[in-house]
Amino acid sequence: MTAASATMTDIAPPSEGAEKYEEKAFGFWIYLMSDGVIFALLFATYVVMLGNTAGGPTGKELFSLERAAGETALLLLSSTTFGFAAVALAAADRSRVLLWLVVTVALGAGFIFLEFGEFSGMIAQGAGPDRSGFLSGFFTLVGTHGLHVSIGILWILVMIGQVLIKGLTRPVASRLARLGLFWHFLDIIWVVIFSVVYLPGVL
Amino acid sequence: MDASGLPVERSITPYLIGLGLAVVLTAISFGLAATGVLPRTTTIIVIAVAAAIQILVHLRFFLHINLSTTPRENLIALAFAALLICIMLGGSFWIMFDLYHRMMV
Amino acid sequence: MDFFGRLTIDSLPFYSLIAASGAGVTVLGALSVMAVITYFGAWRLVVFGWVTSLDHKKIGIMYIMVALVMLMRGFIDAAMMRSQQAIAFNSDGYLPPGHFDQIFSSHGTIMIFFMAMPFLSGLINLIMPQQLGSRDVAFPFMNSISLWFTTAGAGLVLISLVIGKFSTAGWTGYPPYSGSEYTPGVGVDYWLWAVLISGIGSTMTGINFLVTIIKCRAPGMTLLRLPLFTWTVLVTSVLMIFAFPALTVACVMLALDRTAGFHFFTNAMGGNMMNYINLFWLWGHPEVYILILPAFGVFSEVVAVFSQKRLFGYISLVLATCAIGLLSFTVWLHHFFTMGSSANVNSFFGIMTTIIAVPTGVKVFDWLLTMYRGRIIFKPPMLYTIGFLVTFCIGGLSGVLLAMPPVDYLMHNTTFLIAHFHNMIIPGVLFGYLAGYMFWFPKAFGFKLNEKWGAWSFWCWIIGFYLAFMPLYVLGLLGMPRRMEHYEIAAWQPHLIVAAIGAFIILLGIVCLIVQLVVSIRDRQQALDLTGDPWNGRSLEWLTSSPPAPYNFALVPQVQSIDAFWDMKQRGVAYERPDRYVDITLPKNTFLSAVIGGAGFVFGFAMVWWIWWLALLCLATIFVAIVIRASQNDTDMVIPAAEVKAIEDARFAQLAKAPKNEMADDPGFAGQPLPEGAA
Repeated sequence: MTAASATMTDIAPPSEGAEKYEEKAFGFWIYLMSDGVIFALLFATYVVMLGNTAGGPTGKELFSLERAAGETALLLLSSTTFGFAAVALAAADRSRVLLWLVVTVALGAGFIFLEFGEFSGMIAQGAGPDRSGFLSGFFTLVGTHGLHVSIGILWILVMIGQVLIKGLTRPVASRLARLGLFWHFLDIIWVVIFSVVYLPGVL
Repeated sequence: MDASGLPVERSITPYLIGLGLAVVLTAISFGLAATGVLPRTTTIIVIAVAAAIQILVHLRFFLHINLSTTPRENLIALAFAALLICIMLGGSFWIMFDLYHRMMV
Repeated sequence: MDFFGRLTIDSLPFYSLIAASGAGVTVLGALSVMAVITYFGAWRLVVFGWVTSLDHKKIGIMYIMVALVMLMRGFIDAAMMRSQQAIAFNSDGYLPPGHFDQIFSSHGTIMIFFMAMPFLSGLINLIMPQQLGSRDVAFPFMNSISLWFTTAGAGLVLISLVIGKFSTAGWTGYPPYSGSEYTPGVGVDYWLWAVLISGIGSTMTGINFLVTIIKCRAPGMTLLRLPLFTWTVLVTSVLMIFAFPALTVACVMLALDRTAGFHFFTNAMGGNMMNYINLFWLWGHPEVYILILPAFGVFSEVVAVFSQKRLFGYISLVLATCAIGLLSFTVWLHHFFTMGSSANVNSFFGIMTTIIAVPTGVKVFDWLLTMYRGRIIFKPPMLYTIGFLVTFCIGGLSGVLLAMPPVDYLMHNTTFLIAHFHNMIIPGVLFGYLAGYMFWFPKAFGFKLNEKWGAWSFWCWIIGFYLAFMPLYVLGLLGMPRRMEHYEIAAWQPHLIVAAIGAFIILLGIVCLIVQLVVSIRDRQQALDLTGDPWNGRSLEWLTSSPPAPYNFALVPQVQSIDAFWDMKQRGVAYERPDRYVDITLPKNTFLSAVIGGAGFVFGFAMVWWIWWLALLCLATIFVAIVIRASQNDTDMVIPAAEVKAIEDARFAQLAKAPKNEMADDPGFAGQPLPEGAA
């Protein structure tokens, strides 16, 4: 510290070294808060437009609890398997990280597959988002969540590539941590989706 | 703290606990909806409460948010976001349903 | 699939002289900029030194350049409206309604999204990290993307004059008029994508600034030692982060309605138009506080420095800022009192609106008390501040009137409302950022702006403002609605003629600003800022050289008090030379952020014209650019300690040669001693 004076210090400022990763994690957390507001407003719109079926099909006619349960199981399991990947990361076990990331992608892809089937089925029977305000709200809310999951899957694939090529470096670990935040956040949103959309929809 | 500044989770136990609790809460909600044993309003309330609890379960066991190790600024951000979401949703529902009642004869 | 979507040769503006002239001016403007750069042989500098730079100071300057260009572009709209309304009594004037509607729509859109937002983002980018004692913002790469997304949005508005048309639905885009049933065509889509893309930039900026302030402060800089400007930035960032999602949701829904046949806001099939209004203003009210809070921060800095006295009531200013921030999320319905809500709803929001006036009042008193028994120096930033204090309060009074729902029922959508919000935005937002521009210009470029022309710009702006907008209050009380392309009431015309004269005087003010810049550049050798502290400042940005070294501070400052720099000067340690320097790491320049921004622009264009393959290609480009960035191992460069030493030695040599600061050790009026509490 010999370069220090009454006013200056040669301590590296934040943004260099370890604090850089703290900032990235905090910044990502803040982004998730803003994403939470987006979803909250999509939920609000859905609720406000619940009755705007314009003579078209309602949730009761369209929603399938079995499929919703399947989607829920896949997503919840994928959150757990991502957690296993995080534990493997802490243990610096590269092959286990890769294994659990691959499993997570598979489960997530299963979720998207089910959801895609649901959407295309509804559109095929004339219950697409252009049928009524209610359906516009439904497709946008659930579709936005599905879009986030799809981007998450892409991100996991990129991270699998990074782990393979670069190994478990600090930047890679930092990105995986942020991806974990994202993935768990999406599972939380799904809990609200089945609680607000699918379950009340069939009552 | 790990490279990301978030607490490192070295054990799979919290994830298994979280999974278990989530499964139970989800099963309750789905079960009530599928069988319809309770009146509609009660069912919705139970589903809402189960959802709220499950969110806390996810925050605690998957995201490792807790009052001791989570950095204070993250907790404040979460609380502030929750407050704003309440204001936005509360205000929006009040406005939109008030308008609805005044529009529908 | 159509290669060009719905773009055809008819989209070019040859259907009307006015449209063609507007397009011509835009194209000419773009060509002139390129010609000037070519003339000075500056392409290498522009591309490799600026466009690819991740330096927050350069990004800040580029933001301000966008803002000043768009100020002129938005002013042309204003001048056209004023001149049309001055002559259009019982006459069509010269602007047909279709054009007039595009003009009032682009005026509002440009001034809010592409003048005020970039202006504040630019000033904050330039100064806030320095005030914290930091080397950069938390996320320099994302900072650059934000800049280019904002520019992309501005570009979409500009190109709408050349290819296609702009929206006629106002800057607020209310459905069902803005839906595809009533306004098919590209105008509203240009508006939507310009707003959405720049909105993403603003959300990222908010995150960036918040994390910077929370995590990147110099040691000893506790939150309660932050300069007031940085405090306002902190609260503004929170507003940006939490308000922009509402705009994103509203605009995406409208875009889905228009592009994919959804029914969020349509008349039939279960649309709910009030939902748009609700979502839009959930964003819209915090947005006006996003615009004004950094301006309040500028005024806090300026009033202290140019009263040569410590800012009065630091804690009350901080608390008032936080109160404004929180309350700004509780008043949004006052923008649509008249749209059918019950008395209970209206009353609640009316009361909240009157409450939010109180913390601003507290701030005004704090600024006045800072001036009280200070030794005021009437340089242009201070002129703008005093002009603000007087004029903004009038606007605030009209606001409190409008906060009463029964009053608002009479005044809503009249020119009274127009006068009110311009009375807040021009003296508040614009004067604040012009004051900040003149205050911090020497820091950015190393020489001061010409003060004579600065003063004249102020007088033209303030006189022009009163002439242009006070008649609008009267007209509103006489019953004139807003956005009128022509009218048949004779009593209105004299007021509109006065307003047009006011607009002309504002034009003179803009000319003064341009002349000021040209003259200052020409005479810069006579106005050099050799110390980095031309105004005897109080906060840490004045510690760096003017312009600052790329790393701002060679060694990180240790903060011990509020007004950290002033405190260092008092203790005699501000310019201590360290005996050793360290290597400094900074982000390297990169093309990737500009590529992402450019892809954003092309994406917006493609979405407007339904060129789907191009839109997908742009999204893929953005994705690839992000992946490339995440794969790069060497995104930083190191400035070795020896080079830092050379830069700092040169700086200290310059300090030694600097003449006495005109504002330092000034004995005050008539040689009287400093009043108590001044230091």
